[in-house]
Amino acid sequence: MPRVSREVVFVDGVRTPFGKAGGMYAETRADDLVIRCIRELMRRNPQLPPEKVDEVAIAATTQTGDQGLTIGRTAALLAGLPKSVPGYAIDRMCAGAMTAVTNVAGGIAMGAYDVAIAGGVEHMGHHPMGEGVDPNPRILAEKLVDPSALVMGATAENLHDRLPTITKERTDAFGLASQEKTAKAYANGKFQPDLVPVALRSAEQGWGLATVDEAPRETSMEKLTTLKTPFRPHGKVTAGNAAGLNDGATAALLADEETARELGLPVAMRLVSYGFVGVEPEIMGYGPIPSTEKALRLAGLSIGDIGLFELNEAFAVQVLAFLDHFGIADDDPRVNPWGGAIAMGHPLASSGVRLMTQLARHFEEHPEVRYGLTAMCIGIGMGGTVIWENPHFEGADK
Amino acid sequence: MSNVLPDYPNEVVTKALLRLVRVPGLDKPAALITLDNGFDHKKPNSFGPAGLASLDEAITQATEAEPAFIALTGKPYIFCVGADITGMPFITQRDQAVALGELGHRVFARLKNSTIPTFAFINGAALGGGLEVSLHCHYRTVSGGAAALGLPEVAIGLIPGWGGSQLLPNLIGVPGAAQVILQNPLTQKTLKPKQARELGIADALFEPADFLEDSLAWAAGVVKGEVTVERPEVDKDMWEGVLFFAKQQLDERLHGAVPSANKALELLALAKEATFEDGTAAETQALADLIMGDESRASLYAFDLVQRRAKRPVGVPDKGLARKVTKVGIIGAGLMASQLALLFVRRLQVPVVLTDLDQSRVDKGVEYVHGQIAKLVEKRRMDEGTAAKLRGLVTGSVDKSVFADAEFVIEAVFENLDLKKQIWAELEKIVSPEAVLATNTSSLPVTEMAADLEHPERVVGFHFFNPVAVLPLLEIIRGERTDDATLATAFAVGKELRKSCVLVKDAPAFVVNRLLTRFTSEVFTAIDAGTPLETVDSALDPLGLPMRPIALLQLVGPAVAHHVGETLHRAYPDRFASSPNLAKIVEAGLPLVADDEINPEVVKLIEAGDKPLTAEEVRTKALEALAGEARLMLDEGVVAEAQDIDLCMLLGAGWPFHLGGVTPYLDRSGTSERVTGKRFLPQGVASLPA
Repeated sequence: MPRVSREVVFVDGVRTPFGKAGGMYAETRADDLVIRCIRELMRRNPQLPPEKVDEVAIAATTQTGDQGLTIGRTAALLAGLPKSVPGYAIDRMCAGAMTAVTNVAGGIAMGAYDVAIAGGVEHMGHHPMGEGVDPNPRILAEKLVDPSALVMGATAENLHDRLPTITKERTDAFGLASQEKTAKAYANGKFQPDLVPVALRSAEQGWGLATVDEAPRETSMEKLTTLKTPFRPHGKVTAGNAAGLNDGATAALLADEETARELGLPVAMRLVSYGFVGVEPEIMGYGPIPSTEKALRLAGLSIGDIGLFELNEAFAVQVLAFLDHFGIADDDPRVNPWGGAIAMGHPLASSGVRLMTQLARHFEEHPEVRYGLTAMCIGIGMGGTVIWENPHFEGADK
Repeated sequence: MSNVLPDYPNEVVTKALLRLVRVPGLDKPAALITLDNGFDHKKPNSFGPAGLASLDEAITQATEAEPAFIALTGKPYIFCVGADITGMPFITQRDQAVALGELGHRVFARLKNSTIPTFAFINGAALGGGLEVSLHCHYRTVSGGAAALGLPEVAIGLIPGWGGSQLLPNLIGVPGAAQVILQNPLTQKTLKPKQARELGIADALFEPADFLEDSLAWAAGVVKGEVTVERPEVDKDMWEGVLFFAKQQLDERLHGAVPSANKALELLALAKEATFEDGTAAETQALADLIMGDESRASLYAFDLVQRRAKRPVGVPDKGLARKVTKVGIIGAGLMASQLALLFVRRLQVPVVLTDLDQSRVDKGVEYVHGQIAKLVEKRRMDEGTAAKLRGLVTGSVDKSVFADAEFVIEAVFENLDLKKQIWAELEKIVSPEAVLATNTSSLPVTEMAADLEHPERVVGFHFFNPVAVLPLLEIIRGERTDDATLATAFAVGKELRKSCVLVKDAPAFVVNRLLTRFTSEVFTAIDAGTPLETVDSALDPLGLPMRPIALLQLVGPAVAHHVGETLHRAYPDRFASSPNLAKIVEAGLPLVADDEINPEVVKLIEAGDKPLTAEEVRTKALEALAGEARLMLDEGVVAEAQDIDLCMLLGAGWPFHLGGVTPYLDRSGTSERVTGKRFLPQGVASLPA
């Protein structure tokens, strides 16, 4: 049977405010965070009949407890979607939600789905990194991977070793800029439209409402130099130039473009290509470089065609490695215009959709930009990149 | 806090936790007050003096913060279920009762009088004072997940005394208010969230998944003027008419025996014109009168019995001794047996097998169960999956060998001792030596039924009340040789059947039937003596019983009543008379009641004596008979305590809370001391403290 590939569009994306592990969501369930996102997506898009959702793919790195029980399915049920709507759980560590998006996109492109929900959740307070893992002893015995590959901060220190031109001063400056850009974007009301307020309960304080990220903070270069380097004595990676441990969830609606237009759903971005590539696990932060090269190659584009970048800031060093590789300045305004994970936080499996939701908003504001990309590094040595086209593109600046 | 009102020792304090919350779209924060006693939903929030003080303080702090609005909500699943009634025994003086009313009024009124908009987000169960505090707020939202809403005070001898009687009728109109304040409590009903919205108690209904988020966003919309709250105007013309009708209905049922209902009616009437201040002042006085009355104390005692003692029966062996029941056998396939089959299969969800003498009876029994299951599905009280499972679990057979692997077999055959003994003997050859053999007999001795068995220790009485699905009481009878494991198994099964079980010694007619029969025996003695039927029938009206004696006799069936009566007459001929007139009625087979009147054909049958009694004499004799019989039962050790007798009367005979079952009324009317020389319960247990 001849098969025609269909255009996949990003319709809409939302997220909860991100919390600090042990902070405002300490007494809130992980699944409730993602359920809120799914419900808000459905509420914001009433033209979408709930039974038209063909799949709910939800990522979580640790899939036990309140992130277990095939969370895509259970969250769909608890969000009030019809029982006929299927769902599944998915894991690619930090790129969980990104992989959920590319997975359902593949399904949409080949005609298996018309509309799907993809998202992710990570409650790092309830599920600390590495919870319950049992690494295969062969990793050590056969020296397959350096043991430091399992500690993300250590891989960032390793990346510093390989790339001596990326100094601590540069990473601190990048971290500070991330905070400042995020603060400014908040002040200008950039994030708020896509934040889903979450009711919080605390046995001590009663109910509350989360409406903003908990992690962003005011800082300065002076303050940043005083921070500890927990991953290596006299190292370079600190809480100031890396994302913290966070709780949060995201969800996005994806659709076949024709279906979206028929239903009257907005088209915020059009998927161009994506790539996932593995690298040496001990320098996992290098991953987005080859994955971006792959995605560009598949799209027939070059880095110069990309007008906006949403790069996940797991570590400043890893973003700077990317920028250096592609010859982009540390403070290029096309990169993370509203700051990134160093300020907002990085609840592992949820972050991919945050990047996309923000890129979609940038596209709205920048009709002169045709292509943008979202990219992130992934634990155990991988990178993931998705290239998007701006449907609002009105032709290049003269 | 009032210095008159005593602190409640051991008050589980429901704290009012204040948090200032940023709500999108508002410049100023909202003050969100969470009511939380620190326990899970099994111990719901309630208001005692310290809890009210905490709320008072939270309102002060909230107001000082000058928020965009003040909102009150609860802990998960529970908003607040009202005043802390466990503290009632500490209120011994009228001025304390007045202080209790005034304290609630004063604190709640702050929410009503606040210049800052106030909201209640009813996230879970809201009863009594819990619903009343929400009524003081300017606006209310309710979660679709809230288990129950209502003002059940009248049922426990009180009135909605923290503003409810004045606010509710002026919010939703007097017909709705009369339903919530009078009709629902007296029929043990509460409102579902949807009904509360439809009645106008709540201004908005939101789904539970994001109830608080939606409520906060809605409240922000209200204060910004983006959301308009529309409430229908209250129709004041029909006020007196509605209340007149309500009073008529009440009098017909209760004959003025429930002071709380009368006070509630008066307050509803007052609410039409009275200022809120006058109305609530009247509420305080009414509440104090009721708190200082024996009816409310008896009601609270009764409430505690059905809430607590019913769940933790007294004198039961360690539940660890209970044996697992994976299959149930039922001997007989008649109506009673079929009802039992339905109950067992619904609650235990294990194979239930019915047997009877011929296949057609067996088929009819199984068919009955299937039919009832279909009805439950039709009424959406059971899902199709469960129905399919249950249908597969119920089978029938004419061959008792199907009982071989059943651990629990109950018989519901005709009341004949020899027949039952013969059935047990036959069964003992089939079932394992440990299988429990239960009898649903209402009057035959359990000990004797077991006497000739190889294993008499596994026989136990399991006395249900008709209709089996409705009445919550199960009298579990320990025969002389019944062992602990059997008894523990019986109680475990009873609990799984969701019945309130009371341990009873093997004595004629057990508890409820014995007392009711003694009672009716006096009634028939009066009739035999020549008292007109109408006089006899209305003689007990001042008690406010659920039914007059003739209607009760009709419900039970004259033949059954006669059978039990004769059994007891043989056992205790000096106390239980054998009524020739009752025998005649049974023989004639005529209905006692026709067109809601006593059947004149029945009246014609009666051969009356020439010593008619007055209504008061009938009542006195009936009550004295009850007191004497109850005392004898306690002396014989039929049950452990008077509380068990009351529990049986409340749950098995439907006797009302305001009588406390029966012994509190016998005590407070002086009957106990007159007949037996002493009270059943010390002063203060189910009556005002001394």
